[in-house]
Amino acid sequence: MVTLPARFHDWFATRGWSIHPHQQEMLERADAPALLLIAPTGGGKTLAGFLPSLADLASGQHEGLHTLYISPLKALAADIRRNLSTPITEMRLPIRVEDRTGDTSSTAKRRQRADPPHILLTTPESLALLLSYEDAPRMFAGLKRVVVDEIHALAESKRGDQLMLALARLQTLVPGLRRVGLSATVEDPQAIACFLARHPDPCEILHADPGPDPDIAMLETETQPPWAGGGGAYAIPAVLEQVRAHRTTLIFHNTRAQAEIFFHNLWLANEDALPIGIHHGSLSREQRMRVEAAMVAGTLRAIVCTGSLDLGIDWGDVDLVIQVGAPKNVKRLVQRIGRANHRYNAPSKALLVPANQFEIVECVAALEAVKARALDGDPRGPGPRDVLCQHILIVACAGPFAADDLFAEVKTAGAYATLTRPQFDACLDFVATGGYALKAYDRWQRLKQTDGLWHLRDPRAARQIRMNIGTIQDTDTLKVRLRNMRGGQPLGEVEEGFAATLTPGDTFLIGGQIVRYEGLREMTVEVTRRADKEPKIATFMGTKFATSTQLSQRILRMFEQDDWPELPAHTRQWLHLQRDRSQLPKPDRLLVESFPWRGREHTCIYGFAGRNAMQTLGLLVTQRMEVMGLHPMGFVATDYAVLIWGLDRLTDPAPLFDGADLRAGFETWLAGNAVMKRTFRASAIIAGLIDRQTAGQRKTGRQATFSSDILYDTLHKYDPDHVLMQITREEALKGLVDFGRIEEMLARNAGRIDHLVLPGVTPLAAPLLLEPGKVPIKGAATERLLAEEAERLMSEVGLPPVPPKPVWRVPF
Amino acid sequence: MDACAFTLSGETLFARASGALWWPAGRLLCVSDLHLGKCERIARRSGNMLPPYETQDTLLRLQSEIEALDPARVVCLGDSFDDLDAAASLPEAERLWLLRLQAGRRWIWIEGNHDPGPVEFGGTHLAELPLPPLTFRHIARKGEAGEVSGHYHPKACLSLRGRMVSRPCFLHDSDRVILPAFGTYTGGLRWDDPALAGLMRREATAVLTGPMAHALPMPRRALT
Repeated sequence: MVTLPARFHDWFATRGWSIHPHQQEMLERADAPALLLIAPTGGGKTLAGFLPSLADLASGQHEGLHTLYISPLKALAADIRRNLSTPITEMRLPIRVEDRTGDTSSTAKRRQRADPPHILLTTPESLALLLSYEDAPRMFAGLKRVVVDEIHALAESKRGDQLMLALARLQTLVPGLRRVGLSATVEDPQAIACFLARHPDPCEILHADPGPDPDIAMLETETQPPWAGGGGAYAIPAVLEQVRAHRTTLIFHNTRAQAEIFFHNLWLANEDALPIGIHHGSLSREQRMRVEAAMVAGTLRAIVCTGSLDLGIDWGDVDLVIQVGAPKNVKRLVQRIGRANHRYNAPSKALLVPANQFEIVECVAALEAVKARALDGDPRGPGPRDVLCQHILIVACAGPFAADDLFAEVKTAGAYATLTRPQFDACLDFVATGGYALKAYDRWQRLKQTDGLWHLRDPRAARQIRMNIGTIQDTDTLKVRLRNMRGGQPLGEVEEGFAATLTPGDTFLIGGQIVRYEGLREMTVEVTRRADKEPKIATFMGTKFATSTQLSQRILRMFEQDDWPELPAHTRQWLHLQRDRSQLPKPDRLLVESFPWRGREHTCIYGFAGRNAMQTLGLLVTQRMEVMGLHPMGFVATDYAVLIWGLDRLTDPAPLFDGADLRAGFETWLAGNAVMKRTFRASAIIAGLIDRQTAGQRKTGRQATFSSDILYDTLHKYDPDHVLMQITREEALKGLVDFGRIEEMLARNAGRIDHLVLPGVTPLAAPLLLEPGKVPIKGAATERLLAEEAERLMSEVGLPPVPPKPVWRVPF
Repeated sequence: MDACAFTLSGETLFARASGALWWPAGRLLCVSDLHLGKCERIARRSGNMLPPYETQDTLLRLQSEIEALDPARVVCLGDSFDDLDAAASLPEAERLWLLRLQAGRRWIWIEGNHDPGPVEFGGTHLAELPLPPLTFRHIARKGEAGEVSGHYHPKACLSLRGRMVSRPCFLHDSDRVILPAFGTYTGGLRWDDPALAGLMRREATAVLTGPMAHALPMPRRALT
């Protein structure tokens, strides 16, 4: 227990503050080896985390590093340094606080290693880098506490796994180290506690008062939402009304593209010219910082944003949060709602805007879940092994190690507690020799074993290993700049794949403005402000969230009700109509509808497994239908169903859902899939097989570099069981393909399939016909498209087309 | 189609989908930039240990071309080895494999910038090979005609209804043909790179390699 020195009480008193109960409790339990604080946004979490350190350091007795603070964001580290400086200066505490991130100058970094501050604020990557130096034991010698902020966010990514391996290392250097985790409200605090604590040590969990229930409702609009699609454009007048009625509103969207379109439309309707900004991760840093500064200064009335505002930077006086589109996940919704009324013990105010009819049902289910404080989330899998490979390299940079010791140490990180020795040895072998079935690198292996200790064969390799530290994926994006200005003003980034679809003269939205594509120069997309065409929408990576399992279950249970007085009349009528014409999907049965529509046979499968899994299911089922000779032509997937169309009617759906067949089909499909290649690339970089490319290297793009796809194909052909292929598979399954939820769907229904053959389209299936993102089923499509393109271009330039040999293919 | 035919200095040549060039009149098979031993060199120089199967894969593909065409002559157009050390440390099995491929035919190694000296393998080692009306050399020279060269690893990049496709390609016009790299671990230089635009006539054609050979006009940047 740490008692708070008198000057702290005085300082609190002069500010008219009193210590929150959970802050007091953090002081009382300051000696716990691991302590997790769960507090709602704005609950004074950070101060609670630091109070024991400040109190301990107030005496001026401690020499060297005392507390390490780790946050997922560089900006957060800088923010905290500013916030800590107030109490430290005003109480004249003899405490030195510094931050260390990728932005810190190299002189400052060198000095920090020689003479560390009392409190060092940093990120997981910078910590990993510090641990790779031979002098790490000296630098961390006096360390007492480590505070991990926003641990719930870190726990969801490989950055968290890297951090926990680093903490395992630190704990070996400083056995008495105490760990503190600060988390927003989560569904399973125990899981975060296991993640934080040294395994198998226990971890105390402290819950701050969750505060009053949020004031949350669905936004009422005069126009009813459309039947399909997203974006919520129909609600713009009502949203503007709310912006007018509040001081500052945050308008959250699920995807960056939707945020862009909404922002564009919002400004078209913004007759009062209310100051409204946009903020998302694809905008340039300059643009984001401008919006952030305006936000802190209180000059903006609203910000259209995405998850980039999810993490805990203090945005000042937000009094309303609007979520456009179904929240997909109750936990994220609750964390977002917390952004409003960032004051302790004041209720947060939030409004949900369903983007289409089905989302009304989903929003109502989410509202009930929030009221019931029932959060959701998917359990974390075991720690990823590509991160482990990188960790082994980092340890080797710092000095020789024994495999037994490192294995024991790694297993103290909760996520790696179940790691087996063969799994570990495979990673070590990969790092040391390449781990190939064909032994080829005797002379050049990376690690060698001498007197039982592993060490770098060539110590000069440490430099290259350090340059590759980190687990953040570099998506293949291109910078967008305005042409003709001095150097060109950066606007943000678009995906390389999207840039490839542009031809000069095309227009797209970025940062809320329509720009015109002029050309590509040195891997930069050059644009001008001349916009005379309807914009194509920039597509951005990731952030296509799937509706959580728990929320999907809640919707299925809602469908069991006789009536739905909580729903708007038109939605109610829609559900009743579905019940009359067909039936509503049930929690433990799989509903499959087959009906003709516009000359095609349609089949709708209500799997309720989330968008990613339904997309995968669509691919697998159409593959099976192809084999069955049903000539499927395409499909479209949403969070709750997949709709397939083709030439022939499905008569017996049972064979489509045979688990063994689906699994086998999945294996084959997965091996050649782009998702696998993308995952391979990410894992190969993390595990140290290939170097992270710097911007400069990508720019030159000379013959020396070749695509990682070639490496994947080569391994797949000659060494398919290589550890990196195993890792790629393990990681791909966790990600976009989401096969786990298909398995869960199969288990839930256990072969109980209701197949209804109907004369026409059903009410619940109708919106899917309007859904964008239809996937055509392709055979040798690329070759055919190429041949067509070749012929077109050759005749355009007046060259005789080379006659193609006729190829016969089933035109499915 | 497994090849696209074109003429150079009056000779009919086939740009094959495999990336090899076939000259039926001379029963000559030409491949460029094999970069054998690349992963050994990468490991030696950077410490990265890439899957060590690329020499095997390259030789396998070369073997299937030889089996399909039964050439009297095989010309390797330079950069056959990633460097001379890589050539020297080629594993025994792969060294023997190369010797087997050479049996019963003339084999010519053209010097490249990566392998500028003689290598200890069978066959003839030459700076360039004149076989009128054609000349085989590693790097194209401006102003020459009937020239067959490699070095640049040209690759075609195009977008087909939103799908990015990138394929190694031949570039040919009335003066020359530039071959794509045949080696497995090779990247490419985009076909719209100024270095290539400066060498090729405006009406140059590209032949894309891959499952099928496709002939397309080589794109030219609009002159600004």
